[in-house]
Amino acid sequence: MRNLFAFIAGGLFGAGLFVSGMTDTSKVQGWLDVFGAWDPTLAFVMGGAMIPMFIAWRLRERRSAPVMGGTFPPTPPQKLDRGLIGGSVMFGMGWGLAGLCPGPSVASLSYGGVGHWVFFAAMIAGMAATPSLRRLLDKAPATA
Amino acid sequence: MEMDWIWGLIGGVLIGTGGAVYLLANGRIMGASGIIGGLVDGTGLAQKWERLAFLAGVFLLPILLYPYYGHVDTHVSDNWAVLIAAGLLVGIGTRVANGCTSGHGVCGIPRLSLRGIAATMVYILAGGVGVVLFRHILGVI
Repeated sequence: MRNLFAFIAGGLFGAGLFVSGMTDTSKVQGWLDVFGAWDPTLAFVMGGAMIPMFIAWRLRERRSAPVMGGTFPPTPPQKLDRGLIGGSVMFGMGWGLAGLCPGPSVASLSYGGVGHWVFFAAMIAGMAATPSLRRLLDKAPATA
Repeated sequence: MEMDWIWGLIGGVLIGTGGAVYLLANGRIMGASGIIGGLVDGTGLAQKWERLAFLAGVFLLPILLYPYYGHVDTHVSDNWAVLIAAGLLVGIGTRVANGCTSGHGVCGIPRLSLRGIAATMVYILAGGVGVVLFRHILGVI
């Protein structure tokens, strides 16, 4: 049952990305490009997505546990760190460069063509390399 | 197209509903980079079927909808160097930052999470700078 709900959630996510046009890299880049022909669509997508999510967080407060059991995600520490900021700078640069982020990259694999698989493979490689890169960076100050 | 924002809003509500289902039913944050990344680096293998079921939904629903649209052009770059560089930046960046547009943005902001709000502001700013740099200054996209 957990897997069924996960599939439904993923399906809603994938359908939403598809109908909103967020797998079209030119719409994403068009939103980021304030000096070009600005495309406001992404703001409507983000705004629309936050409405059910805002309600969901309010409903979460009234429940002690998720419907399928287990526990709700713990409240993360409200602290900004170098990883959050530096990682988001890297992510944003890549997002602007290709017009793709992780969700839409999966949603567009079936129809976007070979370019989407190239991006997806590189993204997976980057994710796979991150733990080793972290260890390397953690060691760097000690050896420098 | 003038109707784009309406479909953006409808799609957005669907995306947020997916996030609401994932949170209230399964107790999880709908963050695409975390769901994929946990499978890739092995930290999330304990919930591998749940993660794979989610990703199957993301992958399959567009296949069901595609016939109603005929042709969808994603305008993706045909420059493999650009795609590989962008993929690596997105893969590493989202894992180091612990989230992407869905986790930090769609889920984090309505939770009024300081980290989600800060990350979203930073990646949007970096994305804007990136497009200006790569498109208007360097001309690679």
